[in-house]
Amino acid sequence: MVETIRATSEEMVAEAITSAYGQDRAVEVAGRGSKLPFGRPVRADMRLETTGLAGITLYEPAELVMSARAGTPLEEIEAALAANGQMLAFEPRDLAGLLGTTEGSQTIGGVVATNLAGPRRCVAGAVRDHVLGIRAVNGRGEVFKTGGRVVKNVTGYDLCKLLTGSFGTLAVFTEVTFKVLPAPETEETVVLHGIDAETAVRLMGQALGSAADISGAAWMPAALSEGGDCAFLRIEGFGPSVKARRHYLMETIIGSAIEATVIDAEEGRALWRNIRDVRVFCGRWGQAAWKLAVRPSDAPALLQRLSEQTDGEAFIDGGGAFLWLSLPCPGDAPAGLVRSLLPEGGHATLVAAPESERAAQAVFQPLPAPLAALEARVKASFDPKTILNPGRMT
Amino acid sequence: MRMPTPDPLALGRYQQLIGGLRAIVPGEGVIVDERELAAYESDGLTAYRQLPMVVVLPDTTEQVAAILRLCRDLSVKVVPRGGGTSLSGGALPVADGIVLAMSRFNRVLDVDYQNRTARVQPGVTNLGITRAVEGRGFYYAPDPSSQIACTIGGNVAENSGGVHCLKYGMTTNNVLGVVLVTIDGEILHLGGGALDAPGYDLLGLIVGSEGLLGVVTEVTVRILPKPETARAVLVGFPTNAAAADAVATIIGSGIIPAGMEMMDRPAIHAAEDFIGAGYPRDAEALLIIELDGPEVEVDHLIERVVAIVEQRQASSIKVSTSEEQRLAFWAGRKAAFPAVGRISPDYYCMDGTIPRARLPEVLDGISAFSRKYDLKVANVFHAGDGNLHPLILYDANQPGQLEAAEAFGADILKMCVKVGGVLTGEHGVGVEKRDLMNDQFDEVDLDQQRRVKDAFDPSGLFNPGKMFPLLSSCAEQGRMHISGGALRFPNIPRF
Ligand SMILES: Cc1cc2nc3c(=O)[nH]c(=O)nc-3n(C[C@H](O)[C@H](O)[C@H](O)COP(=O)(O)OP(=O)(O)OC[C@H]3O[C@@H](n4cnc5c(N)ncnc54)[C@H](O)[C@@H]3O)c2cc1C
Repeated sequence: MVETIRATSEEMVAEAITSAYGQDRAVEVAGRGSKLPFGRPVRADMRLETTGLAGITLYEPAELVMSARAGTPLEEIEAALAANGQMLAFEPRDLAGLLGTTEGSQTIGGVVATNLAGPRRCVAGAVRDHVLGIRAVNGRGEVFKTGGRVVKNVTGYDLCKLLTGSFGTLAVFTEVTFKVLPAPETEETVVLHGIDAETAVRLMGQALGSAADISGAAWMPAALSEGGDCAFLRIEGFGPSVKARRHYLMETIIGSAIEATVIDAEEGRALWRNIRDVRVFCGRWGQAAWKLAVRPSDAPALLQRLSEQTDGEAFIDGGGAFLWLSLPCPGDAPAGLVRSLLPEGGHATLVAAPESERAAQAVFQPLPAPLAALEARVKASFDPKTILNPGRMT
Repeated sequence: MRMPTPDPLALGRYQQLIGGLRAIVPGEGVIVDERELAAYESDGLTAYRQLPMVVVLPDTTEQVAAILRLCRDLSVKVVPRGGGTSLSGGALPVADGIVLAMSRFNRVLDVDYQNRTARVQPGVTNLGITRAVEGRGFYYAPDPSSQIACTIGGNVAENSGGVHCLKYGMTTNNVLGVVLVTIDGEILHLGGGALDAPGYDLLGLIVGSEGLLGVVTEVTVRILPKPETARAVLVGFPTNAAAADAVATIIGSGIIPAGMEMMDRPAIHAAEDFIGAGYPRDAEALLIIELDGPEVEVDHLIERVVAIVEQRQASSIKVSTSEEQRLAFWAGRKAAFPAVGRISPDYYCMDGTIPRARLPEVLDGISAFSRKYDLKVANVFHAGDGNLHPLILYDANQPGQLEAAEAFGADILKMCVKVGGVLTGEHGVGVEKRDLMNDQFDEVDLDQQRRVKDAFDPSGLFNPGKMFPLLSSCAEQGRMHISGGALRFPNIPRF
């Protein structure tokens, strides 16, 4: 076990990083550890935990804003929001089941650091679209702030965007401020049965581009869903609106040629939680789980190529914007093969795999050289000695 | 406006610069004639003017790359320019630099309805995007009131907002990708068709970077289906506090209106005198609340909003029953700036954001400043997100009034920061607020931003003198002044 510091204040974080900076020691940054196995293995001399840096510091429901210390448990935040009929609209995923960590053990800092948004991503944006302000300690041990607590703010560079999804490689967050939104009053999910991926993606695209205003669009093959090949389209909002939009969806977009059923809010919530957390691939120890991002209309052909050239299983989320792929490990379909099947502009992330696999392969899509060089300079502007989570994103 | 001292070496390379640019952009694309250069000497912040060494109008990304390499080699500064509507002096030229005008990049390249995206060149106007897709029932959501003149490239640089960004987000939430050319002439694709690009979110950084990091030569935006219907409610209140309370209650009850605008008594009267929109003259504050979406949803929410404002001391309530009436409700709000311009020789527009709960107290503070400086003020603001646009009325011909207006404005922005808000909600820092940055950020914060700038542009050639305070503490503080007839873009409605 490496030395672990459990910071209980921002000053402690700053002190720890300042001394690591002075001594050229590499620091692994951790919250409660739920997503530590995501990314490449980090070789560090010490670990800095933010769990002692907890608590909601500001919540103004009428202003749609909350601030919390980085180590605040996500459950605490979601409970406080639920008590006011609000939510994190980006629908944070809990990937513990994929990663082999403990379910329900995320911190808000980790959620922001990994920018992992759920099925509502395609309409509500990712975590990065909801972060308003961050206080953090950079790799030089300096406490800095960026953004603020108001939604409309263009004062200075938007470093919140850079920091969100930076996997602890630019700075250690001490406090984050984010936008919250009203939770939908109710929801319904329309299930389309016996539908192939190509038709599903076309219909989901039409629904997303119409007054049906759906907020979830997934497709599962028969191998992964009890009801055969199925598409799921979620409609959320105010009661009368949900009903009207469901009618519109069924009559104008889907038509009578496809068998459709409707599930209610409660059953729907469980269904979407499963999709959000990629439950169908949970417990497949030793397998690799990939998240592929493409233009939605490219998803069906990619699915076809994957089924022809790998032993994997995959389902579609975000109306086709994302494919989740499960592959036997090791070695059956290394990163090179998966990435060679991607359409132009697509990218692939190895979200879950045994450590040896994550050490041997590029977890994140490699960047073209000029972009990689620029990113390295940006990284150095925060962490000149590369002491924060070294190797995690490379 | 104090700008960094021009670099004599760069000025001395004038002939080399012109020759190099002509070799890259043949024909009429290199402007050197002083009368023609004058068209570029300022932007929407007309108080400041400066002729650049030269204006260049490239046609292709490759030309932009070659121009930037040339400028890097000659140490010549570069000010990118879109529609020139910036209200913070973002496109103000520098004496020892070129203006890189993107007006020839004016094509919509590709609309992908299945994936709901449009790929456009940066010189396309904001409204031009909506025009290109509205035939199929789509639109581009962020709607700055300058939308007929401002370009998407400028919107990206300023992270512009509009009346509808309460529900649909700012530019940053609606842009999926850009092509960026760096000072080294490297052409980078940031984001694009697939969501959540790998690596650091450089796209998110570029949006709102005020032309200080690179030149955007292509933008991919998200397009949305046009809402089936929209209706507005016009509500008068006896006090500002009652109006602010209504705003909080509406949002707190789970309703996110498409837009929620507020005007105070002086603004109501100015608008009413100007166009007679039917606003209640006896009200201290007015709210325009717009709901959009499917018809049943809009009807349902209008009922709920009306019930809420009835309980919040509304003194008058009108609900639009036709598209004409909805537009009539907006007409006074849209005319607020010119209306104020009519009752005062000069006015000065601010753009701070505050936490909404502090609104009554901030309005009281503004009134107190108004008495202190003996200058009138009219307030219009995006109430839903706390973005204030106080308009300070003054007469530049009266000795001392201009200085008083400036001090008044600075006091307002400092108060915004003090109550937990920020210096600028949508107009950008530019030259205008650059020297107030120290009020919101400490040196460590600013140094982190400066190092990010260095990672892109180590020689500081892009848009110098903008966003960061000039090191000298005696730097003159810049302001936006609109003087009688000098207002540019007089036909554009102002929000
Ligand atoms: C009447 C009026 C009303 C307005 N209303 C609003 C409003 O409601 N909401 C709002 O947010 N703003 C508003 N504005 C401000 C202004 O319109 C916006 O800031 C707009 O986005 C500027 O776009 P532009 O094309 O005119 O850019 P310019 O003014 O030409 O430039 C603005 C900045 O962008 C940079 N830039 C431009 N193009 C590029 C490029 N291709 N690559 C890199 N950098 C680039 C420039 O260097 C400069 O820093 C208003 C302005 C006016 C005059």
